[in-house]
Amino acid sequence: MTAAPPVRPASPAPADPVEPEEPTQARISAEIAAAHRAAADPEEAAAGHPPRAFAPYRSSALRHPRQPLVAAGGDPEAVERGGPVFGVTDVTDLDADLTAQHLGEPIGERITVTGQVLDRAGRPVTGQLVEIWQANAAGRYAHRRDRHPAPLDPHFTGVGRCLTDAEGRYRFTTVRPGAYPWRNHTNAWRPAHIHFSLFGTAFAQRLVTQMYFPGDPLFPYDPILQSVTDPAARSRLVAAYDHDLSTPEWALGYRWDIVLDGPAATPPDPEDPR
Amino acid sequence: MPLPTPSQTVGPFYGYALPFPGGGEIAGAHRPDAITLHGLVYDGAGRPVPDALLETWQAHPDGSLTGRPGSLRRDPVTGGFAGRGTTDFTGFARVATDAAGHWEVRTLPPPPQRPYLSICVFARGLLHHLFTRAYLDPAPHDPLLAAVPAPRRPTLLTTREDDHTYRFDIRLQGEGETVFLDFGA
Ligand SMILES: [Fe+2]
Repeated sequence: MTAAPPVRPASPAPADPVEPEEPTQARISAEIAAAHRAAADPEEAAAGHPPRAFAPYRSSALRHPRQPLVAAGGDPEAVERGGPVFGVTDVTDLDADLTAQHLGEPIGERITVTGQVLDRAGRPVTGQLVEIWQANAAGRYAHRRDRHPAPLDPHFTGVGRCLTDAEGRYRFTTVRPGAYPWRNHTNAWRPAHIHFSLFGTAFAQRLVTQMYFPGDPLFPYDPILQSVTDPAARSRLVAAYDHDLSTPEWALGYRWDIVLDGPAATPPDPEDPR
Repeated sequence: MPLPTPSQTVGPFYGYALPFPGGGEIAGAHRPDAITLHGLVYDGAGRPVPDALLETWQAHPDGSLTGRPGSLRRDPVTGGFAGRGTTDFTGFARVATDAAGHWEVRTLPPPPQRPYLSICVFARGLLHHLFTRAYLDPAPHDPLLAAVPAPRRPTLLTTREDDHTYRFDIRLQGEGETVFLDFGA
C-alpha cells in the first residue's frame, strides 16, 4: 500500500495536567448537589440520561461536545434506523455463566442476574446481543490497567455475553462484584456495579450503562451514578433483589429490566425487493 | 410506556469484554474493492484519546441495510473467536483506539444512497455515547448534511488519501468539534 502514514503526534501525549489539589469528597458532593439543583429542564432530566458535561465526574471535562447535537431523527432511510444483528455464531453457551469460564470457580457470592430488554413502546427486543463486564468479588478488574491492590481471581475474567430470548430476556450467572476505588477525587469509591452493553433493532437505540445493587451505601458519593440527576431515573439503574429468583443452596437472584431509548427500526418497506 | 434506562459511561475497563479480534475487518479477505477508514480521536485539549471505543454501522454496497450475524463469530471448541466469514458482510465494526488515539476499520464502500458510515463513540469520561457520520462521497442534497450549518459540515466529511484510504478524525470538544447527532426518542 502506498498510502502516506497517518499523521500522528510526534511525541507521546502529555500526561494530564496535575491539579494543585485533589478534590475532597465534600467538594465533589457539593458539586453533585449543585448540579442536581441546576438540572433545569425536568423533561430532559426525566428521560434520564446524564448530561455529558457533569463537572463532579472530572474526566468528562474535556470529553464532551460544547456544541448542541444536530437533530437527525427525521429520516426513516437513515442507516441508524436499522442496526447490527447477531446470532448463534456470535455467542457460546458458556458465555452467560461467568463462574464457569475457567478450570476452577471464582471466589464470591454467586448471583443470577436476569431481566427483560424492551424498547420505548414496551416491545421486547428479541435475539439481540447483551454483553456485560465487571470487577471480581474483591473489586478488581482483570484489565492490566486496574492497579487497585486487591487480589486478582485466576478463575474470573468478569465478561459475559448472551442473546435475548423470544421475550427479550437475558440471564447471567456471576459473582457479586466488589466496590473499588478510583482516582476521581480523594477517597473516591465506585458502588458495586455490572457494566452492560445493549443493542436494539436500530443502531440509534444503542445503550451502554451500569447496573447497581439495591441499598448500596456508596450511591450518594458516586459522581457517575449521580450524573443521572433525576432520582426516579437513577432508581432505574438499580436492580431489585428477587427472592423467587434465588436458587436454594446455590445463588441469590437480582432482576433488572432495561428500556432502550431512541427510535426502533424502520419497518421494512413491503415494496422494497431487497 | 416504560421510561428509558439511563446511559452510563463505558469506563476504562471494557477491554476484555467489548473489542474482539477482527473487530474492524468488515470487508472480509480477498476484496479488492475494500477501503480503509481511519483517524484519530481528540479531546478538548487537542490530545489523542487512547481509550475510546468506536462502533461503525453501514449499508451494504448493494444498498441493503439488513446486516448479518457473525461479527463476533466464535469457535465453540476453545470459546475464542473464529474470525468473520469471508462472505458475510455484517455491516458492523467495533474498534478501540490505540495508545496514540488511532483507529481504523477495513470495509466495503457504502452505497451512493447512504454514502456514510454511522459511528458511535464511547469513552471513559463520556457519560452518554455520541453518534456521528463519516461521509465518503455525499450527494449534494444529503438531508442530514443540509441540516448542518455550513461551517461545521466538513467535520462529517472524510478526506480521501488514496483510492482505498479515507481519513476521519473525531474531535470531542473545542475547535473543529465534530458534529454529533441526536436521533430522538
Ligand atoms: Fe466499572
